[in-house]
Parts: sequence; structure tokens; C-alpha cells
Amino acid sequence: MTTIQRKAVALISGGLDSMLAAKVIQEQGIHVEGINFYTGFCVEGHTHAIRKRDADKVKRNNALWVAEQLGIKLHIIDIIEEYKNVVLNPKHGYGQYLNPCLDCKIFMVKKAKEWADEQGFDFIITGEVIGQRPKSQRKVTMPIIASQSGAEDRLLRPLCAKNLPITVPEREGWVKRELLYDFSGRNRTPQINMAKGFGLNDFAQPAGGCCFLTNEHYSKKLADLWQAKGKRDYEFDDIMLLKIGRHLRPKPNFKLIIGREEGENLFLEGYRKQFTHLKVISHMSPLVLVDGEPSAQDLALAAQITARYSQGKDCEKVEVQITTQSGVSWVMPVVPLASNAIPETWYV
Amino acid sequence: MANYELNAKGLLCPMPVIKVQQKIQQLSKGDILMVYCTDPGAQFDLPAWCRVHGHTLLAVQQQPHEITISLRVG
Repeated sequence: MTTIQRKAVALISGGLDSMLAAKVIQEQGIHVEGINFYTGFCVEGHTHAIRKRDADKVKRNNALWVAEQLGIKLHIIDIIEEYKNVVLNPKHGYGQYLNPCLDCKIFMVKKAKEWADEQGFDFIITGEVIGQRPKSQRKVTMPIIASQSGAEDRLLRPLCAKNLPITVPEREGWVKRELLYDFSGRNRTPQINMAKGFGLNDFAQPAGGCCFLTNEHYSKKLADLWQAKGKRDYEFDDIMLLKIGRHLRPKPNFKLIIGREEGENLFLEGYRKQFTHLKVISHMSPLVLVDGEPSAQDLALAAQITARYSQGKDCEKVEVQITTQSGVSWVMPVVPLASNAIPETWYV
Repeated sequence: MANYELNAKGLLCPMPVIKVQQKIQQLSKGDILMVYCTDPGAQFDLPAWCRVHGHTLLAVQQQPHEITISLRVG
């Protein structure tokens, strides 16, 4: 009699818990492949890749790195468009900032289930631990995720399975429940000890999580974007630009995005054709994008602010080049704005 | 076996990987794919992605503001 090789798809974030969950199931002889969803809000790599000052930081994609450690395939899926509805209309609301963590988890498990069905995989694994996260990983949310994703009892959380009802892979004998775990709470010691036991010594544990929506400053910038647009919506470029530069909104009708260093300026260069932009030409200067509908008077103010962030900030006068989206360009001599003339309220 | 090209310039990781993943679904074993990128992260991510999926990394060529990665579909 031949036994069927059972297959599980593991949600791989690149963090420790999902890596351990996949490893625990691999150890039970299950064929595991990883899936990683790209929402556009992922912290992964972006700012390190853009900023020159982060040039010495590791640029690895942690999910891919985890897949290599485990020797599994990893499928990275672009869900940018579909994910908008999760961010804009979270049924279960937001966490501390604009992080829709519970809706996000439901959505990702649902997408993983769809993928598993298409690819002929038997069940889904996550690295969830009861009590680990205040919004999405609580005893009460575990069944909500299972039911609202449609995964039901094909969703197995190996790290806390013993604290949860039995699932299909356990009931069918594909995995042994006694070899699963009963972790709970925010204590990371059991996971770190387990990692050591598996010989996994290098793993990512980002302090702020792996999503920009859990970041207070980023969430403020996103809320400001929605207010300026007059509606809760965004395009991919919007959310990318919120990750970059210093954002100042001197007036409701326009915002400035100011590169803070060479890498950011290079990145912003790629957006020159989409935005009116400014640069001091008489001195070293950041590139400044203007987002919105500025009047001529607003552009004069934008030029003074640009001058403030250039190396000519203490000069009596500097020359700022202004170029519109249509490519019309002119030079405006301006007096750099004094540092105390930029109120705190302008900083988004 | 044929040669193909993919322009992933201006895309930040993991988008170059996602684009390569999509492109390779249309290719056959042994085909060669040249990927043009600007994100420095691609020179780490694409080789890692090749390793986990059994494709062969042929070369990574770095120019001042561009990286060309060639691989053979496994």
C-alpha cells in the first residue's frame, strides 16, 4: 500500500514563528511550501535598498532567506490591488494605528487556501501563537480567522495547536497532535529555545513588525493622504512615497516630499515626470516633489522651503529650479526660509 | 531553448522577484532569462529565489545604476 504524500502551504512572513511552524510540520514528513504576500506595506528591504546610509544593512528578503533555511519553495504573491479593500474597509477595525491586523490575517489565510486548492495542497500552516499579538492573535480571534477565511479546520497552527480544537491534518493522522505545541503569550523564550533545538541561529525579529501600517508615523502620513485626497483611497505610488523622505504640508492643497539623502533623492528622481519638482541649482540640494495643486504663490513658498533644506540655507539668496509635470522649467531666486519659520504642524 | 529578457528597472524588491516568477511560468526548462534591475536588493533576492526553486543563476553583472541577472530555467 502506498501512502499519499500530504502537502501543506505555510504562510511565511520571514519572522521566527512562521519559520518554526513550517519546520515543525516538515519534521513530521509533510511536504511544505511557503507563500508570502506582498501588500505594498511590507517593511522588507525597501528603505534599506533606497537609503545610502543603510548601505551596510542586510538587504535580504527574510521570507526567501527562511525558505532557504528550511529547503522549501517560496511563492511570493502580489496582492497590492486586492489588499486595498482590507486597508480601506476593515470589517474588524484597526489596531493601534491604521493596521487592520485581524482582517489582514483573514485575507491572507483566505488567499493561501485558494492557492492550496488550486495547487492540490491539503492544509495551511501559520505561525500564530495565542496571545502573541493584541489584535489578531488572541484566543477569541483564532476561530474567527479559521471560519472567515474559509479554511476552517484545514488551518493548523503548529505552535499553539494543543490549545485549539483538533484540525483535519491531526484528525486524519497526517500529523501527530502530540508532537505539536501549546505556546501562548508574548514570551519569546519557547520559540528561541525551539529555534536553537533545530539549529536555527539566525532569524529576523523586527521590533516594529513587518508592516508599515503598524508604524505610527507612517499611519499619520497615510491619514494625511486620505484627508488631502478627500477620500480614503490610495495608489501604489502613494504608499511607496509615504516610506520615503521628509513630508511637509504647508497648506491643505499641497505637500512637499523632500529627499533626506542621496539614496532617497535617487529614488525620488524616478517620480520627476509625475510631479512638479524643485531643486536648488546654486548649491547642493535635495530633490523636492510637490504633491497637490499649488498656486504660483505656493510654489514660491515651496522654493523657499527647498532652499532651507539645501546647503545654501544660510545664504542671502539661492536659485531654485522649478519644473512642472509637463516639463516647463524656470529658475526662481529666493531667500531660504528660516528654520523657525517652519512650524511643527507642517511636518506630516 | 530560447533567450528572453525582462525589464524590472525601477521596481523595488520583492517586485523584481514577483515579475521573474510570473515570467518563468511562461518559459520552458533550459530557457535563459536576462533580468534588468535597479534595486540593489535584487542581486540578493533573485539568486536566493533561484536556489529555492531549482533554477540556475548564470551571472550577476553590476553597473553603476543597473544590475543584470541571467538565469537558466530549471
